[in-house]
Formats: sequence, C-alpha cells, structure tokens
Amino acid sequence: MRTVIFRSIAPYLTSLMLLFSIFVLLRGHNEPGGGFIGGLIAASALAIYGIACGVAPVRRAIHYHPMAISAFGLFIGAFAGVLSVFSGVPFMTGLWVYPELFGVELALSSVLVFDIGVYLVVVGAISSIALALEERDRD
Amino acid sequence: MSAAAPGTTFIILMLPFLAALIAPWLTRRIGHNAAWVLALAPVSVFVHFLGFSARVADGGIVTGGFAWVPSYNVSFSWLVDGLSLTFVLLISGIGALIVLYSGGYLKGHANLGRFFSFILLFMGAMLGVVISDSFLMLFIYWELTSITSFLLIGFDHTREASRRAAIQALVVTGAGGLALLAGLIVIWNITGITQLSLLLSFGDEVRASPFYLLALILVLGGAFSKSAQFPLHFWLPNAMEAPTPVSAYLHSATMVKAGVYLLMRLNPVLGETVWWETVLPVFGGATLIVGTLLAIRQTDLKLMLAYTTVSSLGLLVMLTGFGSEHAIAAAVLYLVAHSLFKGALFMVAGLIDHEAGTRDVTKLGGLRGAMPITFAAAMAAAISMGGLPPFFGFLAKEEIYYALWATDPWSLVFTLVAVIGNGLMFVIGFAVAIKPFLGPKIETPKHAHEGPVLLWLGPLTLSIVALAAAVASPLTHRFVSSPMASAVAGDPETVTISLIPHLGAALALSLVTVVFGVIVYRYLDSARAGMAKTLAAIGWGPDRGFDQFVSGMVRLSVAVTRVIQPGRLDVYMTATFLMIALALFAPMAWYGEWPSMPVWPADAQYHELAVFVIALVGLAAVINARDRLTAIVSLGVQGFAVALLFMLFGAPDLSFTQFMVETLAVVILALVMTRLKLTASDHRSTRDKVVDGSLSLACGAGFGLYLLAVTQQPFDPFISEFFAQYSKIVAHGTNVVNVILVDFRGTDTLGEIAVVMVTGLAVLSLIRIRTGFDGRAVADNDPEQREEAR
Repeated sequence: MRTVIFRSIAPYLTSLMLLFSIFVLLRGHNEPGGGFIGGLIAASALAIYGIACGVAPVRRAIHYHPMAISAFGLFIGAFAGVLSVFSGVPFMTGLWVYPELFGVELALSSVLVFDIGVYLVVVGAISSIALALEERDRD
Repeated sequence: MSAAAPGTTFIILMLPFLAALIAPWLTRRIGHNAAWVLALAPVSVFVHFLGFSARVADGGIVTGGFAWVPSYNVSFSWLVDGLSLTFVLLISGIGALIVLYSGGYLKGHANLGRFFSFILLFMGAMLGVVISDSFLMLFIYWELTSITSFLLIGFDHTREASRRAAIQALVVTGAGGLALLAGLIVIWNITGITQLSLLLSFGDEVRASPFYLLALILVLGGAFSKSAQFPLHFWLPNAMEAPTPVSAYLHSATMVKAGVYLLMRLNPVLGETVWWETVLPVFGGATLIVGTLLAIRQTDLKLMLAYTTVSSLGLLVMLTGFGSEHAIAAAVLYLVAHSLFKGALFMVAGLIDHEAGTRDVTKLGGLRGAMPITFAAAMAAAISMGGLPPFFGFLAKEEIYYALWATDPWSLVFTLVAVIGNGLMFVIGFAVAIKPFLGPKIETPKHAHEGPVLLWLGPLTLSIVALAAAVASPLTHRFVSSPMASAVAGDPETVTISLIPHLGAALALSLVTVVFGVIVYRYLDSARAGMAKTLAAIGWGPDRGFDQFVSGMVRLSVAVTRVIQPGRLDVYMTATFLMIALALFAPMAWYGEWPSMPVWPADAQYHELAVFVIALVGLAAVINARDRLTAIVSLGVQGFAVALLFMLFGAPDLSFTQFMVETLAVVILALVMTRLKLTASDHRSTRDKVVDGSLSLACGAGFGLYLLAVTQQPFDPFISEFFAQYSKIVAHGTNVVNVILVDFRGTDTLGEIAVVMVTGLAVLSLIRIRTGFDGRAVADNDPEQREEAR
C-alpha cells in the first residue's frame, strides 16, 4: 500500500477531506450534511493517512487518543442538552443566539454544539478502531 | 394523626448515616474512644423518639415525610405507632450499647473505623425499615439491612468461612427481599395504595382479592428468609462468623426481627385468615423445635445462642400467626424480652471469649471469681430467658401460656411445642450463664479477668432494664406493650400481666417447663451426644443443600455458557442471522400479511436500470470471488450502487452516509482480514456453504418482502408534513433530516452516539485482548482456560 504516489498525496488528500468534513458538518442544518456524515468523512481521512504513512504519525497528529476525542464528543453532546435545562426549558431544547461578527450575522446554537459532539464521537470511535487495526507491527 | 417537625425527624433518621461517614476519620484520631462520641447518634435517635411515646401511648400515631417521586406516588415518609416506636427504641437503645461494646471488643483492631461505619450504616437502615410508611422506602431499607449485614458478617474477609457465611446470608435474605418487593407490588395492585398507614384500613379488600394467596406467599418469603424460619434458618448460625457485637445486634436483637416486624405490621392486612393462622404457627412451631434441638447439640457459646435465636424467632412467628389477642400480647412481650436478654447473653459470650480466649463451653468453668460483673449480668439474662421472675421474660412466658392454653387439639399441640421449646431454651440459657462461671476452675487460653467498662456496660444495662421493665410493669404496658399490641392487632388492646403470679393453667405450665428444663440440664452432656449422633445419622441439612444449590447453579451456568457462548464467531453469526430471518418471516406468516407482487414501473429510466445491473454484478462478483479481498471490494461495489439509488431517488443525506459507510466498511473489513491472519480464500465445506447460503437468501428475501409489505401500506403523511412544516419555524433549519437528528429527536441521537462510543471502546478492547497476554487469547468466561492460565 505504501507506494510513493499514495504516500505523497495522502497528506493533501487527508487535509482536504478533513476540511470538507468540517464544511459538511457546519452546513448540515440547512443543506445535506451534518455531524454524523462529517465524522465518517474525517474518520476515513485519518484511516487513509494511517494506511499511507503509518499509524504513529496519525496518533502524533491528532495528539489525543481517539477514544478520548470520542468521549469528549459525548460529553459536549450531553452538555448541549443540559444547557437548555439551565434556561428553564426542557432537556435538549435548541437555544439560538445571533451575534454580529465583522458585520455578518452568525447563527449559533446549542444544536450546533450537539452536532459537533456527534461529529467528534463518530471520528473518535471509528478512527480508534481503524487505527488499532492498522497497527500490524504489534502482532 | 399529626405531623410534628418533619425536618427534625428526617435529620434524626439520617444521623446514623452521618455518624457512619465520620466514623473512620474519628477512629483514626482518637482510637476506640470514638465509640463514646459515635454512640451519641443512637442516643439522639432514642431521645427524639422517646418524645413521641406519650402521644403514641394515648393511641395516636405520628406521620410525616416528603414527596419523593410524586409522579409515581412514591414518598419518603414515616409512620410512628406503637409497633414502630418500640422497634425504634430497641434499635437505638441497644444500638448505643453495641457501639460502646464494639469499642471495647475490637479495641486496637486495624479496621475498627470501618466496623463502626458498617454498624452505624446498618443502624440507619434498620431504623428505616421499621419507620417506613411507603412501600418502596421499606424495600430499599430492607435490602440495605441485607447488604450491611453482608458487610458485617464478612468483616473478617480474610477467612473463607466468613466470606461463605456473608454470601449465604446475602443470597438468602436478598432473595427474600425480592420476594417482599413482589408481594408489596401485588398488594399495591390490589389496593392502589403505596403507604402502610393507609393500607391498614384496606385489609378486607386484600383478603377478598383473588391475589391474596400470591401476596401472602411472597410476603412470607421475605419475612421467613429474614427471620430465619425453618427451612431457611441455616444462614443465621453461619452468620456467627461475624464479630460478636454484630451477632448481638443484628443477628439476635434487631435485623432478624425485621421479618417478625413485617408480619406484625401486616397482621391487620393479611391476618385473620385460615392461611395465615395455619402457615405461620406451623412454620413457627417447626422452627422453634428444630432450633432448640440444634442448640442442644452445640458447644460454642455463640452457636448455642444463635440456634436459640432461631427458635425464639419461630416462637414469635407462631404467636403472631395464632391470631388471638393474648397471642399478640405474648408476641409483643416476648419480642421485647428476647431483645433484652439475647443481646445481653451474646455480649456476655463475646466478653468471655475476649477475656478467656475461648467460647467452647466444655473448656470453660469457674470464672465467677475472675468476672463477677459478667456473671451477674449473665445470670440476670438467663433468668429472663428461662422465664423466671422477677425479670421481663417471666411476663412474656406467662402470657404465652395464657394465650396458647385451651383444650382443643390444635391448641394442645402448640402448647406442647411451646413447653418443649421454652424448656430447652431454659437449658441453653443457663448452660451459657452457669457452665463457664461455676464449677471447678478450668485453665483457659488467656488468663481471665473482668473486662473493661465498655464491655460489661451493655449486658449489665440490658439486664437491669429487663428487671425494671418487669417490676414497673404497669408503666411498661402503658408506654410499650399496649400501644404495640394495639398496632399489631389493629384494634386498641390493653396488656395487663404483672409479676404477681395468678394460679391457673399458665403457672402450671411454667412449672412444667422449669421442671423439664432442670431435668434436661442435668443430662445436658448425654442429650448433646444423642443429638450429635442423630444429626450425623441424618447427614444432609439445608446448609449443605445451599452448597449443592450454589455448585449446581455454577455447573448450570457453565453448561449454558458453553452452549450459547462457545467462542466461535460462525456460531454467533449463524444464530444472529437465523433470528433475523425468523423475525422477518414469522410476523408476515402469522398474520398472513404477505406483500403482493409489485408491478414493473412503466417510467423506469435506463440509467436507473444500469445502477441495478451494477449492484447485481457486484453481488455476482462477491459470490464468485476467488479470494477474500476481492469479495470485500466487490461488496463495496454493490453498496455504492445502493448509495447511487438513494441519490437518484432524492435522499442525498442517506446517500452520502451510505457512501462513507461502504468505504469505511471495506477499509475496516480488509484491515480485520489481514489482522486475523485468515487464509486468503474461503474453505467452507459444501454443507456449510448450503447452510450459510440459505440463511443469506432467507435474510435477503425477508428484508425485500418486508420492505415491499411496508411500502404497500397506505402512506400516512402526518409526520413528514409536520416536520416539513415546522423544521424551519421551530428549529431554524431547512435540512429536515438533520433537524430531526439533532433537534426534534436529539435525545435519541444522544443515546445513539453513546452507543457508538461504547461500541468503539468494546471493539478496541477486543483488538487489544488478542495481543494482550503474550499473544495468547484468554477469555474470562471459560473456566478451564482460566484454570490453565493460573
């Protein structure tokens, strides 16, 4: 698998895919996309990088253990749900704010936070499986 | 009814738990003297509840509490009447003495703080049992007493006998607790009531219900296991593995009486039926006789006392079930008397063990000079236990005979049972109180001398209380016996018995009992030898039965595990897919809802048909692939074709996800394949191929038919229209799929991502296990492999 061509383009491919995954995540509320599909794209990106250049560089690049990323995702997903309880509305009710940033109105919401949580859970869980399977040298 | 200062009562009820929290810390600071401080908790409970006694004596009850889960009508509420008040005073009063006694008994023990903690936790739980008004609270506290009893029996956890006894007690009483829960739920369903105080006036409804017998059996399961009724009595003597303060407190004075408490509490609800008045006396009477006979056989002071506790509990159950007013009064008097004298005798046994180094009655003698206070306390307790004046036990025994004596055969049988039981308990009581103290002095492992004040304070106080309660019997009856008997009977009762003997049947029976006891006492050694021979001849007992039960369970679970978890992936897969096929076909076959054959669409486009062909080609490639890698990739081809179909028919989100899932599935399957070092190609036998092939066909056809059946149903647009309409307005998003996922049904998604994470964790650990132990796979659930691994 570790051909020169594959190894050369893998970093570019991975970064493009990661970027695209975030794009898909953020536009999800109004266009096709969302946290789940975004997470799958990012997990594939990491898997490709791992196949091309080995697992160790991937682990270095993402710094945290993928399972920790997944757990953090679950945490902020739950946190986004709990947020609404503090505002006196039922659990998981979406909360929206519209701050102006550089003259552009931004739609931020607890729903978006929740979607980011979904994204992180999927990235972490899938890539930790894929990376563990790719670590063949430990056999 | 009056609710006074619910806050204070709540805090008082929580005090033992708070004391348990600080006990380890305090014990580290001031050692065994922490007992003096910690005993303040039960003393406060005692004093607080003593304040209710005047009101309760006048026939009032005190209730209070808080709504806990209002939507299910569950409350944290308490009920103080004559019955619970007496129990609370016994638990907290004896509890205070036990805490002090523990300080002396386990002085210098490395885990003394933990011990204090456990025993105070138990105290809090036991208070909760007797004070609870709501069913659920009763059950929770009930199980908490089982758990704390488990911790206390297994306190010396380095010895196997302790651990076995602890587990045995937990299994028996815990299972009984579940039966109790079921029984309470049945009663709840009959009456719709979750509070004892309200239930008491609904006895007729319960008794008339067709589910009465079921409720009775379940409740008796709870009560009999907790109060060690034959044949479930075996856990109680084994529980003597616990340190002596525990035996004195839990396994004689308080916890084992929880079953009796329950029977007394429910007597107005479940009682006065033929079943109640047959089952309870028969089981109680059998327990009384078996317990005393087994007690004769023992030489260990604690075991002798333990078996008489079993028989005393039998006597209490028998009296509670007898149904007459005097029987209830007798049960009430005997319960109080027993707590006082048995707690004292256990503490004496522990004191002898502590000072002399042994508690084998055949190796003790002549200690009266060395331990005069202990001797006095022991004699007082034994006199009470033997039912002699001027102690409280005398009143109880007179009332028992008064209640039982009649000339019909039923009463005669139980009078005889009571005489034999009481006579033998008389023997054991005096054997414990006299044998170690009188007679020639026998050298003991330790040089015996009087114990410290912490140790003799408890038994002495209890004996004095037993004396005072008998002497001031009008006062005792006004504040304790009569209110408690009224609560048990459900009608106002007055107990009048006093120390002045009345000539009559009861006194005659007492004399018979004493004469019988004295005769057996004289020939105790030969009686013991005879019992030992008889028991050896019988051989099997419920205790061994428990071991057989446990090992049978282990063998069964190993056998079941071998069948359902053989550790072969292909078996799991076959079973899973077989179930899927069944689940798909069975409902359609059962209800005859086979879909009709779909008509070929007239407007099918060529490019749509082309995608179908691609999917079929992928499928053919999978089946005909020479090696596994080709098969996996071909499977991906088929999956992409399906994703394309989703795209063509207007489901972009689904299509996207399908593409990514297919990609990742191919990558991960390929990785797994290389990881597992499988052979490159497939070597299944023809038989396997036929089985697997037909299963795949069944699942595929099943899904196909199922989808056809679903889509042929008339489409209800309500939900999709709702989402289309409100997606933008309510959730500020135009992608309906995403809005449903993260907003409308966000809680579902939260659950799903939790599953994703946990699955990832599980897969990760499975991958790690394969290389964890020097490359050797070790499965936890295979006992043989584990033995080898040791």
